[in-house]
Amino acid sequence: MGTSEILLSTPLYSLHLELGAKMVPFAGYQMPVQYPSGIIQEHLQTRQQAGLFDVSHMGQIRVAGVTAASELENLLPIDLDTLPVNYQRYTLLTNNEAGVRDDLMICRRSETEFLLIVNAACKTDDLSYIQAHISAGNTVEMLENRALLALQGPGSVEVMAELAPGLLTLKFMQAADCEIAGVPCFVTRSGYTGEDGFEISLPTDGTEIVARALLGFETVEMIGLGARDSLRLEAGLCLYGHELDEHISPVEAGLNWAIAKSRRAHGSKAAGFPGAERILQQITGATTRKRVGLLSQEKAPIRAETELQSVSGQPAGIVVSGGYSPASQSAIAMAYVATEFSQPGTKMNALVRGKLRPLEVVELPFVAHRYKQN
Amino acid sequence: MSERKYTDQHEWLEVDGDLVTVGITDFAQSELGDIVFVELPEVGAALTAGEEVIVIESVKAAGEVGSPLNGVVEAVNEVLADAPETINEDPMGAGWLIKVRTDAVVDLSGFMDEAAYNTFTEDS
Repeated sequence: MGTSEILLSTPLYSLHLELGAKMVPFAGYQMPVQYPSGIIQEHLQTRQQAGLFDVSHMGQIRVAGVTAASELENLLPIDLDTLPVNYQRYTLLTNNEAGVRDDLMICRRSETEFLLIVNAACKTDDLSYIQAHISAGNTVEMLENRALLALQGPGSVEVMAELAPGLLTLKFMQAADCEIAGVPCFVTRSGYTGEDGFEISLPTDGTEIVARALLGFETVEMIGLGARDSLRLEAGLCLYGHELDEHISPVEAGLNWAIAKSRRAHGSKAAGFPGAERILQQITGATTRKRVGLLSQEKAPIRAETELQSVSGQPAGIVVSGGYSPASQSAIAMAYVATEFSQPGTKMNALVRGKLRPLEVVELPFVAHRYKQN
Repeated sequence: MSERKYTDQHEWLEVDGDLVTVGITDFAQSELGDIVFVELPEVGAALTAGEEVIVIESVKAAGEVGSPLNGVVEAVNEVLADAPETINEDPMGAGWLIKVRTDAVVDLSGFMDEAAYNTFTEDS
């Protein structure tokens, strides 16, 4: 991406500047990476109270029509028969090489209508790919006049109790229509921080009204992409382009749970999605590498693309995301390592500027999820 | 009497005879964001101007700091090992990085004074 490219902005651009955000180019948008309090403080704010994220750069794709469900199942390893109206699920656009084109959330809006929330960097390709694979008579469209906000953290519930009490009955991955500050919103109980929270899809012209209403609560602060990344890393969640890409299989990524039972070998709707043969083989067999969490005793971040070595000096794998964890007050990372080195407790070294830095494989997530499960 | 000079790499130098204290500017710490780790050279290490001898890691990025001059490391700021955030809190004072004993009279002509540095950061 050249620097001469014209960057898009979200409906909250002027609010970000007003709040003193440092803006950076991200997936073709000018986005806030942090505000004056800084990434660590924003991270802690979200864990302890509530953080508001502008994620309007993400794509919102509407797929509707009488054959939409069955045709989406040709692209996704999902069983949409088990997804009721106003329920959401995490899924993957796989490719023929058993890699991943994009990871996304899909929510059923009616018997024949779905909303897909996709990554900003992939959204244009996703749209044309899905359009090419859904037959005429159905609709596949990018909702250009919609924005997306996320309210995350243990304080989110009390805020919604005042603004939209109808949302309190939602459990993790359930959805509802509501009104916030007079603006019609579509809300799911979900997020990308490991915390309880809500994602709010809303019209672009009402976005600032809702954002200011949320920020009116003392417990809510605006959070940038920097803390969004450190929060999702602690929560062990995949970021497309790091933990997932066209050459990494969902099984290597530890996302078997995102492949519906009915789509697996001997299931009622077995296979029938791109890369199915290899992916299903990997589920019952094995992969040569696996995604793991790595914990350091030191604070120095061990960043993406850092090489890993076994204690005996053999190549062991590569870091795909790394940063500082405020919860453990040390560096944490996610990496792909050879399966023989993937057991929790395995010690290895990262090669950072010619020096070996010790790490240990740990269970993911680094910080327990606190979703509203019951 | 010491005087403070600045480099285009956003370092400051405080020159006191042949002893030069080196740090990063308030502009630099603000650009880096929350600093979580600093790697400093050993006391006694010989430095060559331009050689990248210090690594400052923030939550966002790793920054490498080059030695602004030739000399020998006389002291390093031990506080930074446990409290790297000192650089964020007081970059021009308690957050200094190293003290370098120079082997010759320091030629300050290549560095900026405060006014020139301020103009430089406004333009960058």
